[in-house]
Amino acid sequence: MTRGSKKPMRAFFLACALCLAAGAALAQDLQSLLQQNAEEIGDPSRRTIAEALEPVLESDLPQVLDFLERYAAREVWQRPEDGLFFYAEEGDDALTLIDIDTGEPVGTASSREMNNIRVNAGVRGVINSALVQFQLSDDDASRRIAALDAIARSPEPEHLAPLLNSIEDEPSPAIRERKERLASILTARFGESTEARVAAIDSMAGDTSIDVRATLNQILGASDEIGETLPEGENLAGERELTRDEAYAELAEEGLASPRVSDADIAAALQANIEGDAVAGVPVATMSDPAARIRAYEALAESGTVPPFVSEDEVDDLVDAYVYYQVYYEDDPAVTDAARGALGAIETRVALYQFADIALDALSLASIYFLAAIGLAITFGVMGVINMAHGEFIMMGAYTGYVVQQIVPDYTVSLVIALPLAFAVTFAAGVLLERLVIRHLYHRPLETLLATFGISIALQQLAKNIFGTQARPLTSPAWLGGQMEINDIISISNIRIAIFVLAAIFLVGLLLLLNRTRLGLEVRAVTQNPGMAASMGINPDRINMLTFGLGSGIAGIAGVAIGLYAQVTSEMGANYIVQSFMTVVVGGVGNVWGTLAGAGLIGILQKGIEWFNPSNTLAAQTYMILFIILFIQFRPKGIVALKGRAAGD
Amino acid sequence: MQRSFFFRNPSILVFIGLLAVFTLAVTLMSAGAGSGAISTSFVKTLGRTLCLCLVAIAMDVVWGYCGILSLGHFAFFGIGGYAIGMWLMYARTEEIVVSSLAGATLPPTPQEVSDAIGSQIFGVVGSSDFPAIWAFAHSLPLQLLAVVLVPGLLALVFGWLAFRSRVTGVYLSILTQAMTLALSLYLFQNDSGLRGNNGLSGLQNMPGEDLGQDVISIRFFWASALALGLGYVLFGWVVSGKMGSVIRAIRDDEARVRFLGYHVESYKLFVFTITAVVAGIAGALYYPQAGIINPAEIAPIASIYLAVWVAIGGRGRLYGAVIGAALVSLASTWFTGGGAPPIDLGFYRVIWTDWWLVLLGLVFVLVTLFFPKGIGGLVDLLGINRPVKQGRTGDYGPDVGAWRKREGEEE
Repeated sequence: MTRGSKKPMRAFFLACALCLAAGAALAQDLQSLLQQNAEEIGDPSRRTIAEALEPVLESDLPQVLDFLERYAAREVWQRPEDGLFFYAEEGDDALTLIDIDTGEPVGTASSREMNNIRVNAGVRGVINSALVQFQLSDDDASRRIAALDAIARSPEPEHLAPLLNSIEDEPSPAIRERKERLASILTARFGESTEARVAAIDSMAGDTSIDVRATLNQILGASDEIGETLPEGENLAGERELTRDEAYAELAEEGLASPRVSDADIAAALQANIEGDAVAGVPVATMSDPAARIRAYEALAESGTVPPFVSEDEVDDLVDAYVYYQVYYEDDPAVTDAARGALGAIETRVALYQFADIALDALSLASIYFLAAIGLAITFGVMGVINMAHGEFIMMGAYTGYVVQQIVPDYTVSLVIALPLAFAVTFAAGVLLERLVIRHLYHRPLETLLATFGISIALQQLAKNIFGTQARPLTSPAWLGGQMEINDIISISNIRIAIFVLAAIFLVGLLLLLNRTRLGLEVRAVTQNPGMAASMGINPDRINMLTFGLGSGIAGIAGVAIGLYAQVTSEMGANYIVQSFMTVVVGGVGNVWGTLAGAGLIGILQKGIEWFNPSNTLAAQTYMILFIILFIQFRPKGIVALKGRAAGD
Repeated sequence: MQRSFFFRNPSILVFIGLLAVFTLAVTLMSAGAGSGAISTSFVKTLGRTLCLCLVAIAMDVVWGYCGILSLGHFAFFGIGGYAIGMWLMYARTEEIVVSSLAGATLPPTPQEVSDAIGSQIFGVVGSSDFPAIWAFAHSLPLQLLAVVLVPGLLALVFGWLAFRSRVTGVYLSILTQAMTLALSLYLFQNDSGLRGNNGLSGLQNMPGEDLGQDVISIRFFWASALALGLGYVLFGWVVSGKMGSVIRAIRDDEARVRFLGYHVESYKLFVFTITAVVAGIAGALYYPQAGIINPAEIAPIASIYLAVWVAIGGRGRLYGAVIGAALVSLASTWFTGGGAPPIDLGFYRVIWTDWWLVLLGLVFVLVTLFFPKGIGGLVDLLGINRPVKQGRTGDYGPDVGAWRKREGEEE
């Protein structure tokens, strides 16, 4: 651009060509605009600068932005003799002057001949907010967003007006919405009138984002005070609940009471003042009695050697003599009331969202329990066989996934291979176990429990020998890595959604298998009455074998799923086995719906208890187990109890 | 009565005799009271093994005789250990603290002593106050009472709830396992007041007496042997006579016993509670010899191992439980302690610390499948026991709907 120059004619033509609409403008270059208030701009003060720069800001000249930035950075110089402004580059012994309109060098001058314009912090604040106005209406959307970010980071009262001005011409709806939000946040804190602030605060109610909450909390900021009575005419936030010790400590800090003397202080003071074998006349040998120590200390205090002793009664009297309260920094009660109301509404909503978040967590935990337990529900519930090695089948599936990942580097492909392979491996292991061990123990359930426990410890140790004791990672594909964020509070990781989907697929698949296929019919027949089923031409041996294989195979797939979000170790199965059994027992044996109910109950319960005491998951598990023990007292057959002949007894 | 009791149960006299001979032999060879042929640490191992035998007998009575597969008796064992451990730790720390404070210029106040003990004991969990659960830790008699009362009351309440609602079989097993898991998870927390996963330590020292470990070890060995002997007689008495018959009948067919007019729940509750108390006593003797107790000891798997010992030794006979517990726990120590020589297969070197659990698991499966009577069943081959008439017993396991032997043969 070569717009504008010192030649008036050229400037005139250009002005005519470009600014016909703004024909009212008397001066068409920045220099002459500045010259209108050259004195104030040359020696700026916070009070006058805004007015002095007004003509500049009202012009649409593109150089203004650059000028203001350099002006705030103290890079603008003024020539005393004619009052003209220049940018300058500092050379070795002279300044190279640069024209503020063209940006081209126009000569040199010694730095003694020029005045560098001193811009203090107050002026810079004014300039910065003037700059914000430009950035907020910049053509580049990313610069507008950057300006909004800068305001959101450190909101200043000066930002409010330019922000409000820029909303109207904002082309992008998304940015416009952001601007409106930010404007109401700023209005709430810095608005001119009480009504405007209250209106802004009211408009924020229901917005759960962190910056809104921070703003409201800032408005509600309060200082801790102590007084003999509650003060009149101040915007009181309320009285503080303090323990006796805290209250006295504050009094001592404020100088309203002498500090308490701790037992350790007494001991130190007495030790420092031992004379012979007594302190202030009290023999050292009797000092194991606290009363004797206090006697000696009081004697010392009377002689002035140590600070006075404060008795418990004195503490009580002093603490009761004062009131402890908080005063808002904000003087306007209408604003604080509105903010308190808005914050209350927001907190209710936040609690609601948190509840939804916990519910989602509980749902995903329930799906994990369901996955871990559904295989068990088939073997235990349908066949009545306690399989303590079920957890080890889960582990086996997870290790299968790990091995596949070592061979197939692509995580998606390896997952697609691992799921059926894990099913095949654990199905085979389950059939083997059924043929070799469990078949012989069908009428001795307690011994099945023990024999499968033997298998369980052998398998666990075997896995330790093969894969080592350290945890092995089972990396999930990238598309499972992220998380779905619904708002600031509710979010759920994709992997948990995937597990939920997997659990749902299993639920539907098993229901179809058991209720709609020949195999399912035979399984149900053998479950209810093996003898009768055998007379009808069903081979119970074969059905038992297949059922057990199926239950184990599902454990294998569950293992892959669990391994994706937890670590794969040889003990991972053992961590799930007790919960899995409880899921089956609580839900009701012999029923897929029962297992679903059990998993749901346990998942919700565990997360619910964690909600009350989030720091302590161990306690949550403890209380959950206690609840289950009690629950079984009242519903020994579980939530979904089979009735009639199907119950088998 | 007494004479006839022992006369009718000759195995009790045999067992007491063998135990006495064993105790005498160990005493004569120990470092604390004899020649020193056995190291102090091995005396402790043997003493601990006797305690495990005692809890195994209790397990045998509740499972082998009464048919309740409790997976919670090691929790009672652990509670006993914690109860005595609290006193041992408190008293020991008190001694140390008092002697260190004695050097101070001012004689310490009781509060200072208590604070110093508290910060010594609870420093590891970032606290120095005594939790309420330690209220009686200063008193040996009260803590000894707790060794008996806490497991007893817990078993009483739990058993009353479970038996009242007719929870039986595998359900009861899972329920007891859940109880054990809850207890160990609770103890794992730092704010349980029992030092979280650090557990209690330094229990091997006897407060108040200046004795070497060699003397302490042999005394605990004697105490363990005495407890085992008394426990054996007690349970021998419980499972013999009319009460024993009812208990075994409950195992074989609970419903039938109920219809005969016996109050099944009371019998079960009695057996469950008294075995829990004995387990607590065994634990109280075990952990001072182990020196440390932590919540991992109470984990559900420990209780399952207890069942494994009894099953390998032979259920339904007291000496079977003793044999199983002694054999498996000593073998376990030998194999995992590196005592067993590795086997070189040419292509692979079997190191027993890695393979012992695999071996144990497989042996256990084989025993369950092929030798349901366990090692104790070998005694039957000697023909010492009165032979049981063929066809009068079924050994298909204690559970609802357990098949009688005839039915099993038909299958």
